[in-house]
Amino acid sequence: MKKLSSLLLALCLVLSLGVGAFAADGIAPEDLKIGMVCIGDNNSGYDIAHITGLEEAMEALGVPAENVTYKYNIGEDETAADACYDLAENGCQIIFTDSYGHQSYTQQVAGEYPDLTFVAMTGDQAKQSGLANLKNAFNHTFESRYVSGVVAGMKLAELIANEELIDENYDADGNVKLGYVGAYPYAEVVSGYTAFYLGVKSIVENVVMDVRYTNSWFDITAEGEAANALMSDGCVIISQHADSTGAPSAVQAYYESGHTVFCVGYNISMLEVAPDVALTSAANDWSVYYTYALQSMIDGTEIATDWSEGYNAGANKIFPLNENAVAEGTAEKVAEVEAALTDGSLQVFDCSTFTVEGEHPTSFLAIDLDGDFEGDEGEAIDEDGIFHESLPELRSAPYFSLRIDGITELS
Amino acid sequence: MNNHEPLIHIAKRDGMVWWRAWLVRLAAAIAALLVCALFIYGLTKLNPVKVYAAMWQGAFGSARRSWITVRDATILLCIGVGLAPAFMMRFWNVGAEGQVLMGGCATAAVLIYAGRALSTPMLLLIGGAASIAAGVLWGVIPAIFKARWNTNETLFTLMMNYIAIQITCFLVAKWENPKGSNSVGIINQQTQAGWFPAIFGQQYMMNVIIVLALTVGMYLYLKYTKHGYEISVVGESENTARYAGISVKRVIIRTMALSGAVCGLSGFVAVAGASHTISTSTAGGRGFTAIIVAWMAKFNTFVMILIAFLLVFLEKGAIQIASQFKLNDYASEVVTGIILFFLLGSEFFIQYTVHFRSHGHKKEVQA
Repeated sequence: MKKLSSLLLALCLVLSLGVGAFAADGIAPEDLKIGMVCIGDNNSGYDIAHITGLEEAMEALGVPAENVTYKYNIGEDETAADACYDLAENGCQIIFTDSYGHQSYTQQVAGEYPDLTFVAMTGDQAKQSGLANLKNAFNHTFESRYVSGVVAGMKLAELIANEELIDENYDADGNVKLGYVGAYPYAEVVSGYTAFYLGVKSIVENVVMDVRYTNSWFDITAEGEAANALMSDGCVIISQHADSTGAPSAVQAYYESGHTVFCVGYNISMLEVAPDVALTSAANDWSVYYTYALQSMIDGTEIATDWSEGYNAGANKIFPLNENAVAEGTAEKVAEVEAALTDGSLQVFDCSTFTVEGEHPTSFLAIDLDGDFEGDEGEAIDEDGIFHESLPELRSAPYFSLRIDGITELS
Repeated sequence: MNNHEPLIHIAKRDGMVWWRAWLVRLAAAIAALLVCALFIYGLTKLNPVKVYAAMWQGAFGSARRSWITVRDATILLCIGVGLAPAFMMRFWNVGAEGQVLMGGCATAAVLIYAGRALSTPMLLLIGGAASIAAGVLWGVIPAIFKARWNTNETLFTLMMNYIAIQITCFLVAKWENPKGSNSVGIINQQTQAGWFPAIFGQQYMMNVIIVLALTVGMYLYLKYTKHGYEISVVGESENTARYAGISVKRVIIRTMALSGAVCGLSGFVAVAGASHTISTSTAGGRGFTAIIVAWMAKFNTFVMILIAFLLVFLEKGAIQIASQFKLNDYASEVVTGIILFFLLGSEFFIQYTVHFRSHGHKKEVQA
């Protein structure tokens, strides 16, 4: 009897603890305080995309606008840790850092504040850090890039059909040349340019692409120079994974000097700087993730360590097509491709559509455990030959780093 | 009729009593705050008092914020202290940025390559020595050229900065972690090997101790030693120095070695004591800001403490008002600019008197 009653008592205790903990975990929207560390401010398209996403999420969930504290122009150095500490000390329950390089500092502060939630947006160390309160999130940007590649491919097909291309636009094997301005030779960029290339290739089979790196996320001059170098090599369409308007401006100028060139932007609409040549821009809709993360805080549920969604969740998009520049029928084709990405019938990295050193890849280990830059575990290619990018059970940040045939990295 | 006196007549003062000089500076600071208040209210309609309070909050609003202000001010002060002997010798060392970066790179190299093998005290000792060596190298090269071939040291030290920046970029690419991120990340994040240990429970206490020791040491060196005297003579006139039997070449090289050593050591403090990483933002323009610190303080290292704190206070305050009032960074840069303009301008009124011509009798405007 005594045993039974003590058992009951223990059970009650456990239950009440559980309920109590659950109730304590959820935070009413008006009490939810958010910290946001930005690498730039409202002058940078990348930060605007995050700020807009967060503000849309707050509005949708009824979190008052004054509950967010922004830290602008925080570099990828110890000032990022300073900013996180400061937000933590000032009562923020969830703190986002928006740039990859903030991550190790976010992690440092997360280790000291285990009761608060930290999200290193676009980061990749949450799982390996072993910290329960550190999260990563990344949209399927590669899907947007694939769709923007389809737009470019439609344009290319039109240019070929109208015989608007010149000899310099073809390589020795008769492939049309594309150009890509990349920031760093990092998996995120490789994954992106490969997706763009495959998007073009899905429309026009005989294409090759040159990639030039600027070694900066934001450098108007270097991006413009890289685009100029690519165009003088004969590249017809220039896309980019860098945050400025440098490349589209250069393409517009080259077009005005009498050449046939077009471009695809990133993060912001390039119509203002390149009204004749910008076809569209690949983009992310971060509000999907911010809504999910804030809703989880309000409900008191655990936020996924790695979150990654794409068209299926509405987290990806391209900017409205430039009707002055795109080929006829592009809108219909885009709608068809977007629908196929949304329902999963189309996979961007289908290994049957590309080769690495002449072979269709069959195996790729995504996760590097010991820091030697070689994958140690996490098979990303399934038996049907589909490379699954940004699988949440592996890692939300892109890991596709295969250098496929047809693409040449120049610098 | 034959009075052709100009409208404004400027004359050098014989010297102002120290307390009057400080009153002028105080008046300049107050005037600067008033002009800033007009600017803030005129442009944003915010209450300037609240904005100033926010700036104070940003720099000293909590224990952590105060320590961050101290941490950044000590590094700026350290670089300023390093520049003092060179400037006193009228050797325009604008190469502190590069000397700091080279010191930082040397420290980072020690922490990265020996981080597993050696204990923290050993790492700090070797890292400190390496940073001094790197700083000396970067300071002495332009000094030798100046001493032997009388090259222009301003251009030379400036160019050395760009070399140092490129070397830093190269090393960041070499040491980047994870690969492709273009960032070294936090060095020895798990083990904290080679980081300054906390003293009295304060993470940045060791930075303060090192830099204060350098500040006092440099003050004594410049004011009371034979070397210090030689530096000021060379600074006044090289010919006088030569006549007095001072080897100008030796003084130039020796002094720049010292200047580079302290700047290199600033890089050590910045890497091992503050950021625990290396990038071009390890110096981040502080090598240039420190020139203002050294000049405004007239090479008096104790006054430099005040100036360094003022500049860092303005910077932290700027971040806070950007965050709190959604004021763009440019607004706070204007505020900083106005304050510096007034403070630097006030030095003019301390050095010179201004006479206005008037009918019949001269009126002297005492600043």
